[in-house]
Amino acid sequence: MSGYTGELKELIKKAEATRPHRVERARRGEHFSALTMEERERWLKRYHPDCKNEGRKKVGVGPNSGQAFPEEVSLLLESKSILDPESVILDNADYTTDVLIIGAGGAGTAAALAASENGSHVILSTKLRHGDSNTVMAEGGIQCADQECDSPYFHYLDVMGGGHFTNDPALASALTNDAPLTMGWLEELGMMFDKLPGGRMKVRHGGGTSRKRMHSAGDMAGAEIMRVLRDETRNRTNGINGIKVLEFSPAVELLTGKSGDVSGAILYNLETKEYYIVRAKAVIISTGGFGRLHIQGFPTTNHYGATADGIVIAYRAGAELRDMDSTQYHPTGAVYPEQNVGLLITEKVRGLGAQLLNVDGEEFSFALEPRDVESSCIIRECLEVQKGIPTPTGRLGVWLDSPMIDALHGEGTVRKELPAKHIQFRRYNIDISKEPLLVYPTLHYQNGGIKIGENGETAVKGLFAAGEVTGGVHGRNRLMGNSLLDVLVFGKRAGKGAAEYAKSIPGCSAPTLEHVKRFGRELKSAGVENPVTGPLLLPDYAPPHVKKRQWD
Amino acid sequence: MADKKKITQLAAGDRTIPPDGAKMIPFYLMGSEYLVPETLTIMKAVEYAGYQYIRGCGCRGGICGACATFYRFTGDYRLKAGLACQTVVGPGMIITQLPFFPANRPDYNLDNLDNTRGDLHAELRRLYPEVFKCIGCGTCTRTCPMDIDVMDYIALMKRGDLKGAAYKSFDCVMCGLCASRCPAQISQFTAAMFVRRLVGKYMLPKAGHLEKRIEEVKSGKYEKMLKKLSKMKPEELRKLYIEREREPDLAEPGVWMPEDKECL
Repeated sequence: MSGYTGELKELIKKAEATRPHRVERARRGEHFSALTMEERERWLKRYHPDCKNEGRKKVGVGPNSGQAFPEEVSLLLESKSILDPESVILDNADYTTDVLIIGAGGAGTAAALAASENGSHVILSTKLRHGDSNTVMAEGGIQCADQECDSPYFHYLDVMGGGHFTNDPALASALTNDAPLTMGWLEELGMMFDKLPGGRMKVRHGGGTSRKRMHSAGDMAGAEIMRVLRDETRNRTNGINGIKVLEFSPAVELLTGKSGDVSGAILYNLETKEYYIVRAKAVIISTGGFGRLHIQGFPTTNHYGATADGIVIAYRAGAELRDMDSTQYHPTGAVYPEQNVGLLITEKVRGLGAQLLNVDGEEFSFALEPRDVESSCIIRECLEVQKGIPTPTGRLGVWLDSPMIDALHGEGTVRKELPAKHIQFRRYNIDISKEPLLVYPTLHYQNGGIKIGENGETAVKGLFAAGEVTGGVHGRNRLMGNSLLDVLVFGKRAGKGAAEYAKSIPGCSAPTLEHVKRFGRELKSAGVENPVTGPLLLPDYAPPHVKKRQWD
Repeated sequence: MADKKKITQLAAGDRTIPPDGAKMIPFYLMGSEYLVPETLTIMKAVEYAGYQYIRGCGCRGGICGACATFYRFTGDYRLKAGLACQTVVGPGMIITQLPFFPANRPDYNLDNLDNTRGDLHAELRRLYPEVFKCIGCGTCTRTCPMDIDVMDYIALMKRGDLKGAAYKSFDCVMCGLCASRCPAQISQFTAAMFVRRLVGKYMLPKAGHLEKRIEEVKSGKYEKMLKKLSKMKPEELRKLYIEREREPDLAEPGVWMPEDKECL
């Protein structure tokens, strides 16, 4: 029995019909010709979601006023507060602490441990559960230059080259120089890295690395890091430098003092619908990226909570953003079956010889174009040439002809080289060594974010940020294995930085929502009509027929 | 613009838009009947029914353990378990999610095992005595959505094979389903977390090359090099980037060395 529907099985026949000829050609080393540099540029400009002018909107207010970002982002940056700042009474704090951390993924948890170690009492608040984040989903590994043939110098070169030299050099230096310290810290915390019998780390190459420095823990490095850090946090709940965790309590607004410095936040209990006032000497934002905004309708590999909340509230308080128009799309995300939508199909599938095919079973691009170019080719084929394959749940995709791999390299190659992917589809009665995959580009990573310094400090006094919510570390393109490193290095730096800042000031300044009032006035004078309410907090996936009946 | 009409309505993000004539099946969410298109996961069926998740939804990719779910089919006595984001709905499926389950998790200090003078197995006995009361019913193993042989890793723990238990439990997503069904009231997944950290810290050999590199970083060895790179003009940096040597794919770790050793 096949997991594909009758209609799709009929379409697969067209791919099968052209396969023997395509395999023959591939054996002779002939392939669909790659785009020329000029064509690449043209394709990117016309079809890459980052380059499309439609679906972009200039922000009319705030520090990045005048810059164009994806519409979904701009609308939220121009959103109005969930609260009426005129009527909120801030006299009594529900919690008082040294460091408040908003967002409890990898960066937030690393920050909490670091702030606590530096003598601060910490409140770690999060929208969902402690650990719910993109960190848990990182499979590939974490980069660190710890081999004899390697050094932070070469790691730095790789990071900068990967980012097309648009990275902030100071941040890239911090990232690569702190990597060994971070790995040692994880080892001390009892993380189970993949090691050789003598203790040497197992290392692999990643896209764009000059040395093998991808460290792994099975195929779930991120999940292992997250559960170890969370477990350690639970051991440190007591004392004057204890860490108090508040789950299901996202921040909906920052609090600022008279001079505009951040002095806490207002949290919202999603379940009891209560608001809490938290006074803090320093605040760290570590809320992750924006995948769940589904920029231009794209599916995403991201966690349910990735809705850009931290960016929205930090922007109102005056934090400057950078590269917010830059998004990493992975060309091959699964679009079928429904339960695998957004699932990353590794580049290795194409590396092993699988071609991309349209509804007629024809090749339409060279399968190993750079990621951004390949994404553009697929989008073009589906939307302009209109030769995409429609799925039963209203998506479009192209075939990734995985059966070619066994045809080219011998039976059993798919099973051996792609075990996880083979199992993930086998579960739904699709044997990817015999039937092709349906794929479309998927939203993977927010390249830009809040502008920070080496210790996570932002343009706003008392406000720090770390992880995917920030911009600059990776420039306009991130290499695999550097995001796990990023969240830990800058989480720790921000935690320490915030703790030191908290020690250096006499107390929290009296909290106000002046910045929210000012932002409201700015919205009005910029002529932003009917702004949406933000932050978004939760994605809404109710189908149209349900929405129609949700009368209010 | 005539050709634009042909464009299929794209399902935005994770919202499901079934095509005309999609087969609808009855599905019971905590007893209430909803009609949902077949092929959806439990998670997407719940959303299709109109629910907006607060609890019970996380990575949507089978790794975070937020969406533990029990289910039965009408007319079948057997109780099944799975992750809502990874399990496909079937006709007559009755589900309830278990977004949280109370677990026993005693605090400990991984750096100080003085209570038991560093005897790791004794430390496990001290913190999780209930592990040793496992009655071997195997319900945990049958319930695990990650196909982990939970009962077996508990047996390894009892026997003192902590390394075996650590590797055997490695794929755990800590959803808590095992603990929810255990007649001996064991919180298997928290005990396993503790054991994995013991093994990671005390039983796996330390990475000597990492230790050495940490000393070098702490001595400030790379700061000057990085500062120099940071100040370079883009074209100089680009040149260095293009000229860098690449470690061969098949080189054994720690064996290959580049020609240019100056910046190691």
